[in-house]
Amino acid sequence: MSKYKMHILVCAGTGCSSSESNLVCEILIDEVERKGLGGDVQIIRTGCFGFCEKGPIVKVLPDNTFYTNVKPADAKEIVDEHIIKGRKVYRLLYTDPESGEHLPDSKHMGFYQKQIRVALRNCGTIDPENIDEAIARDAYQALGKVITEMGPDVAINEIKSSGLRGRGGAGFPTGLKWEIARKNDADQKYVVCNADEGDPGAFMDRSILEGDPHSIIEAMAICGYCIGASKGLVYIRAEYPLAVKRLKIAIAQAHEYGLLGDNIFGTDFSFDISLKYGAGAFVCGEETALIHSMEGKRGEPTNKPPFPAQSGYLGKPTNVNNVETFANIPVIILKGAEWFSSIGTEKSKGTKVFALAGKINNVGLIEIPMGITLREIIYEIGGGIKNGKKFKAVQTGGPSGGCLTEKHLDIPIDYESLTASGSMMGSGGMIVLDEDDCMVSVAKFYLEFIVDESCGKCAPCRIGNKRMHETLKRITDGKGTQEDLDKLKNLSYVIKDTSLCGLGQTSPNPVLSTMEHFMDEYNEHVIDKKCRAGQCSNLLYYVISEEECIGCMACLRACPTHAISGEKKEAHVINQEICIKCGACMEKCKFDAITLRSDYPRVSVPIV
Amino acid sequence: MREIKTLADLKKKQEEMRSRIKLRDNAENPESLVQVKVAMATCGIASGAKEVMEYFVDELDKRSIRAIVTQTGCMGYCYAEPTVEITLPGQDPIVFGYVTVKKAGDIIEHYIKEGELVDGIIPQNYNTIKS
Repeated sequence: MSKYKMHILVCAGTGCSSSESNLVCEILIDEVERKGLGGDVQIIRTGCFGFCEKGPIVKVLPDNTFYTNVKPADAKEIVDEHIIKGRKVYRLLYTDPESGEHLPDSKHMGFYQKQIRVALRNCGTIDPENIDEAIARDAYQALGKVITEMGPDVAINEIKSSGLRGRGGAGFPTGLKWEIARKNDADQKYVVCNADEGDPGAFMDRSILEGDPHSIIEAMAICGYCIGASKGLVYIRAEYPLAVKRLKIAIAQAHEYGLLGDNIFGTDFSFDISLKYGAGAFVCGEETALIHSMEGKRGEPTNKPPFPAQSGYLGKPTNVNNVETFANIPVIILKGAEWFSSIGTEKSKGTKVFALAGKINNVGLIEIPMGITLREIIYEIGGGIKNGKKFKAVQTGGPSGGCLTEKHLDIPIDYESLTASGSMMGSGGMIVLDEDDCMVSVAKFYLEFIVDESCGKCAPCRIGNKRMHETLKRITDGKGTQEDLDKLKNLSYVIKDTSLCGLGQTSPNPVLSTMEHFMDEYNEHVIDKKCRAGQCSNLLYYVISEEECIGCMACLRACPTHAISGEKKEAHVINQEICIKCGACMEKCKFDAITLRSDYPRVSVPIV
Repeated sequence: MREIKTLADLKKKQEEMRSRIKLRDNAENPESLVQVKVAMATCGIASGAKEVMEYFVDELDKRSIRAIVTQTGCMGYCYAEPTVEITLPGQDPIVFGYVTVKKAGDIIEHYIKEGELVDGIIPQNYNTIKS
């Protein structure tokens, strides 16, 4: 029995690490040692707590104190005050944005109240580099149960009746996928974990691998046993160095304990896992492209069928699942399909992890039961829009998804409702946009991403998306025409219908969905040459305020194109047709009468 | 060295390791557990609060009572140190004074286990300012 009376958990996920949580941890260890408390206080580096907005996070147990924004300089104070004297360091506690009160523990934070943590069950609780802590939290129990009690068919049935669907985006039933892979006979089969997380703003897979790598290893072994594979491969992007490191440590520890390798649990089941590194290409999240990349070929997709379950890696039956999907498996085996399917909606069971990003107060990683509304996510868990601005839209599903607007705030979040409203579940990125975001620019941003990431194999995606991007650029530059809008729409449908793989087929979604919900913004850009959010710099205008202008004529003299007119001691006016937006007038004005605006008074000004 | 050859091995390992993170499991729902707060300011420590706290930690664990033992600052009852505040689930906290190791045993035996009050309760004689 360990004698530690207190545990200090320090987040060591990528987010918090980049704001010096490692240094915080080292100072805490030093300080505790120096005060002779090494035997009383245990300091653990854990995975992500999800509350990345206020990182680095330090949690002190047993009283569950939740410290936010802990700087290295604060570490000594935590030891001196909290650990030694038992007084909480109030200034570091999380402040409730509504009441302005310090909340002593995480139980009372709105951020955690609506969450149910299944896939993230161990993130932020255990030391991911220590297999013993994982074992204490039920790791490998499910594997043992499947191998020694259930057998493959019962286990697959359990997964099937749990209703678990692929968390990578498309939502294919996981149990069915396993069953198909099991039925295909071959001398060798493979289990592949798709850790090629590419959506801008999504980081749930990374966090699971960093915070609880053993859950993935266990689930892959379960899958291997069920479908009859002895080899597992994790396709992970090299841009996730911390996840790679922790996964390697975890695999080595599992080997040491005999939980991977030959004759697991004294049976004749053998399973091994190795890593394959990807270079971070978005298209490699598509399973056929992923398999090609693993084989050392170009990361390009091929037509399905044949499905990977028939002919995948090296031509052998291969089962590909996403990280988050795997993370759910051990819990389903241990707690039962019935428990799992009691969470969520009729067709979407369980929970889903979302990465909240953008203009939202609580940026971070959340796990919610399927079926709760967007409003609950944004206003209760997310803490509302930053700086009290107005909510405009949320982009889900990354570059393949679409926008959900105010009228979608009360739809339940599940696979079907998201698809029905023109977006998709995707891997779970949620980028929140406020009134300051220009929807045309958002669509342009995603198209730019697609143009970069398109593998180039099929023409609609390679050329079509490039043209789409050019058109959007023209519109945001203020050079768009009515015809461009029609072209954009037509091209979108062509790309959707004729592209080879999921990337191309979904790439016009951001454009189509923004056009559907924000057509007035497109029209403003094209007809009025106006960007209401003020994001498109070419659609900003130098405007002289009638009240502020005293008619000193300084700007008039400075203007290189003679676009400014006006009499002495009378307000001047800029002719927007001639103005080249050099800003010389604004620089010269001593009365701050000239400002950049998204619109200007539309009166005809006589050309001087 | 392959440590885990059977499922029973794994279960055994889990039992061994559980104590390591029990504190973390417990912290997830503190309201449902017995909470023991030992006043560990200078006055308390001088009167032996450290030994008392260790006793609580060990003894509660030995008797498998799920409890959270924390330290707190001076409660102001310096004449009665060591002082310990105990909150049973769903009840108001009660402060005990002059808690020696022997007394701590009584408290566990009678108050924590049976809910019977024992000698040495310090009545609450102050109000907390509500903001």
